[in-house]
Amino acid sequence: MMDLMTLIPVLDSTIRLSTPLLLACLAGLFSERAGVFDIGLEGKMLMAAFFSAAIASVTGSVWLGLLAGIASSMVLAGLHGLASITFRGNQLISGVAINFLAAGITVLIAQHWFHQGGRTPSLIGAGRFSPIELPLAGPLSGVPVLGPVYSDLLSGHSVLVYIAFLAVPATWWVLYRTRFGLRLRAVGENPAAVDTSGVSVVGMRYAAVAICGLLCGIAGAYLATALQAGFVKDMTAGRGFIALAALIFAKWRPWHAMWACLLFGFLQAVALRYQNIDIGGVVIPVQVMDALPYILTVVILAGFVGKAIPPRAGGEPYVKER
Amino acid sequence: MSDTSPAIELRGISKAFGPVQANKDISIRVMPGTIHGIIGENGAGKSTLMSILYGFYKADAGEVFINGRKTEIPDSQAAISAGIGMVFQHFKLVETFTVLENVILGAEEGRLLRPSLARARKVLAELAVEYELNVDPDARIDQIGVGMQQRVEILKALYRQADILILDEPTGVLTPPEADHLFRILDNLRAEGKTIILITHKLREIMDITDTVSVMRRGEMTATVKTAETTPEELAELMVGRKVLLRVDKAPATPGKMVLEVKNLRVRDDQRVERVKGVDLNLRAGEILGIAGVAGNGQSELLEVLGGMRPATGTVTLNGTTLKLEGRGSDGQSRRAAGIAHVPEDRQREGLIMEFHAWENVAFGYHHDPAFCRGPLMVNAALVRDTEAKMEKFDVRPPDPALAAKNFSGGNQQKIVVAREIERNPDLLLVGQPTRGVDIGAIEFIHKQIVALRDQGAAVLLVSVELDEILALSDRIAVMFDGRLMGERLPDQTDERELGLLMAGVSGAAA
Amino acid sequence: MDKMPKWADVVLIPLISLILAAALSALVILGIGEDPVAAVKMMVSGALGSTYGWGYTLYYATNFMFTGLAVAVAFHARLFNIGGEGQAMLGGLGVALMCLYVPWPHWSLALIGATTLAALFGAAWAMIPAWLQAKRGSHIVITTIMFNFIASAVLNYVLVNLMRPKGSMDPATARFPEAAHLPTLHDLLAPLGISFSKAAPANVSLLVAVAACILVWLLIWRTRLGYEIRAYGHSETGALYAGISPVKITMITMLISGGLAGMMAINNVMGEAERLVLNATEGAGFIGIAVALMGRSHPFGVFLAAILFGFLYQGGAELALWTSIPRELIVVIQALVILFTGALDNMVRMPLEKLFLSLRRART
Repeated sequence: MMDLMTLIPVLDSTIRLSTPLLLACLAGLFSERAGVFDIGLEGKMLMAAFFSAAIASVTGSVWLGLLAGIASSMVLAGLHGLASITFRGNQLISGVAINFLAAGITVLIAQHWFHQGGRTPSLIGAGRFSPIELPLAGPLSGVPVLGPVYSDLLSGHSVLVYIAFLAVPATWWVLYRTRFGLRLRAVGENPAAVDTSGVSVVGMRYAAVAICGLLCGIAGAYLATALQAGFVKDMTAGRGFIALAALIFAKWRPWHAMWACLLFGFLQAVALRYQNIDIGGVVIPVQVMDALPYILTVVILAGFVGKAIPPRAGGEPYVKER
Repeated sequence: MSDTSPAIELRGISKAFGPVQANKDISIRVMPGTIHGIIGENGAGKSTLMSILYGFYKADAGEVFINGRKTEIPDSQAAISAGIGMVFQHFKLVETFTVLENVILGAEEGRLLRPSLARARKVLAELAVEYELNVDPDARIDQIGVGMQQRVEILKALYRQADILILDEPTGVLTPPEADHLFRILDNLRAEGKTIILITHKLREIMDITDTVSVMRRGEMTATVKTAETTPEELAELMVGRKVLLRVDKAPATPGKMVLEVKNLRVRDDQRVERVKGVDLNLRAGEILGIAGVAGNGQSELLEVLGGMRPATGTVTLNGTTLKLEGRGSDGQSRRAAGIAHVPEDRQREGLIMEFHAWENVAFGYHHDPAFCRGPLMVNAALVRDTEAKMEKFDVRPPDPALAAKNFSGGNQQKIVVAREIERNPDLLLVGQPTRGVDIGAIEFIHKQIVALRDQGAAVLLVSVELDEILALSDRIAVMFDGRLMGERLPDQTDERELGLLMAGVSGAAA
Repeated sequence: MDKMPKWADVVLIPLISLILAAALSALVILGIGEDPVAAVKMMVSGALGSTYGWGYTLYYATNFMFTGLAVAVAFHARLFNIGGEGQAMLGGLGVALMCLYVPWPHWSLALIGATTLAALFGAAWAMIPAWLQAKRGSHIVITTIMFNFIASAVLNYVLVNLMRPKGSMDPATARFPEAAHLPTLHDLLAPLGISFSKAAPANVSLLVAVAACILVWLLIWRTRLGYEIRAYGHSETGALYAGISPVKITMITMLISGGLAGMMAINNVMGEAERLVLNATEGAGFIGIAVALMGRSHPFGVFLAAILFGFLYQGGAELALWTSIPRELIVVIQALVILFTGALDNMVRMPLEKLFLSLRRART
């Protein structure tokens, strides 16, 4: 049995590792709820990771870095929109292309700008997001149980972590309580209904894809300027796909997305901390922890444990017909 | 009346889709407070015209006037603002949303949903009283029937304060009582001064409810007349361009041995809803059994089960042999091997692969026939020869085996399907909607082929939603309603009125 | 109606897409301060200017033929197999098992054995996503992506924990025995009096890949199974009507697809590395997507596209060696090819269709 003192560091790293997953997962949620499948979350994150680190390194301002990251991610989102909305192309193929584009172009530019073998210089000082101390974290740390949970686990993360977790209720509220959300969900279920109601399907989908780009941008910036101190080649390491898995695992619902990302983040944290885990004499190799998010998603997709039904118009370009 | 301007006036509307001219120089005036019918065959261009009026398509040429003012309708938003509401043939509803959410979609007030929903609830309650439009506002669309869904579509239009309502083939999916209710609603709307455009290909509806009727043929508006001053016969002639052959010349049937016996057949659809609820029927060699009914009452499923496209329970025997209804040995291949040929209801999605050459399509379903194969390989030359022969016999134009199926007209596509199936000399021919979207010349030809096959001793099971076709071809008629057969009639001892009642589920109809 | 002639669809559109991708790539090269013309010259001389270059170009092309065919076969049944990477990894495992644990008397027998097990392993890895798609409706794109990651974890485990020789720190198997050594093009061409670079890795697997192209062509366009696969790909309801079982076609198509992807391992694992290492596939499974799109899912198109990508890979490696342009340039080009030939197909197609339509109007 693990005690609190060993558990808190694991949970603390769970939160930090869940953050990029959660941001990317919510990004995917906006896009896919509007009927645009996005397997290019990975690429957009990677692009944002590079540009945020590069600009932060050049200007010394992490905030400018964040903006650059978001902008670059949104450019890719726009490309995805162009291919899948305007030109009604295959959304999956477009996603694949965007992942490769990001993987290639980041290294190309990094090499051209910094000559460090496809990485950016390490970020220091104002070039990184620093931890935020929540109010009263210091004085309360002495309180048993709750004290360490508050001051060591909840406090002391970068601002982007708090933004990510606040984005969950915000997403829920937008989706279910606003006109925009109603139209967004409708366009993912039956775009013809939206079109005949006098609302632009193209406009709604571009808006969704733009939000997706924004959130992926924050996710990528978090990776390069908060979780780590700079960009390295392929630093997203499949996180975009884990986020996609989490999105399916959550059946495209915001709160469930948070729990799914926390679960997958926890698996990453454990895999990072322990090589092999011994549970009652049975040794679980670290590779199982690595593969578990994907295995769980396949199980969910198979519908053995509650079927994951994607938005009905998902993946289909909208063509007017009678 | 001469000084009131029309609610809608179209002048010189033209629209082409690629090489197909869907609308040619169409002009029409619809007076306010009237029900104006637009009638024409499938593919005559009615829906295209209305889609232009609703801003769904952009016309290549022509002008639209609403209440006497020239109006541009670039998109649906503009149409809604101009007071036009449209009920499409295929409803445009979000199935996972409630009625209320569907009604406010696109017509919300403000950025938050709550006030819009509250207001819509109130308005819906008022409209329900005013027009007999009762719907549970909190029901989810996928949990209410098509009749209700259609009311939601009408409510959507009224909620947007439409003064002009366009209904595209509104009764296609309705039972006759539901259709009657719809017509009462339309009456009420007219009484309130609303203008209604009713698009249909059913003469009876036009005669029953419209004030004025316009006839379309092949993309052109051929006539506009007052309903009171015309007859169904005249309209029919205007629609098809020449005298309709209402009866097919055929000798009386000489039924032979029993071919098909169906007992207690039950079919569930993909959503596990029971669509065929215990059907018994039998069919002899040399006769045509016509199954009439409103679309969606289980006829399609019946045909699909017999054709091996869907599992079922019950007993089906063909020439004394019991057919398997689920699992291995119940698929289309097994059915063909047993002597069943199948002209499916939807030739574009089922009967043909539109991207395949004609010669590939001639093997479709029979691609395991040893005549076309050598080991695992197919002998393309044999197929091309076979296709050339069939094309000549069935007068398929153009007679080019290498042309892709999508490049033939509807009638010629159907001829390819019919040729393929009939030339197999089946014991049992299943035929679904054989002349849907087929031009009049091809209709006659296809009807004659079906009768000829019967005369050679095949049993034919015909499913059609066109009563005329059922009456013209069948030796016996069974009516299907809500998954059950409502009794049988002989074609010369019944009429459209009686069959119509049976189709509505009124079983005690006077014989 | 067909909006334009067939040749435009088959030749013109891919060509324009390729030109667009090439133009953008040139801009990228300009953007990083290099000379695109010089770069192309270096790529051509590096990849095609010597038998050494050709040896590498054809070696890469062999990989891409297998993975490109894998994607193309699945495309015909309207299935998108993104899992070529994982299937090829598992194929590698099959090759390694065959080469390490069976005492082969001759390389030709070893090749047959290794090809068989590689195909079986690749097919097995495609089978689960196929079954889930056929029976449970689970989206095959997502499941095959997930299976790539699972494959990578499996391989990692096997190499680290099971097949690593004692005392080695490297997560890789032992070297394959000499009997499993495949003849290179140098060995094959020498008896014919043609001298070919000894150092280049292109080997007899190339012939297997070409044979696979021909067999796939035969399968798709000449057999009943191919007819059924194409019919199912065009219309699922149509297939049902004709008595073509969607479950059967989905399974068989994916097994063939996975098998082809798995067979890639005879080239990269058996023919080149001669041992199984981590990440032996180096993304070739994904390049198969670009190759299949570029080749319009036709085996001959795949053959040409695979050689084109082989050229790009070898040329890119040369660039990375002699200039400051990193290898990742190839990844960018690959992305652009996928983008233009796949996702932005309509951007090229729509104006062309309009053009042909107005030409036809003008004629009549």
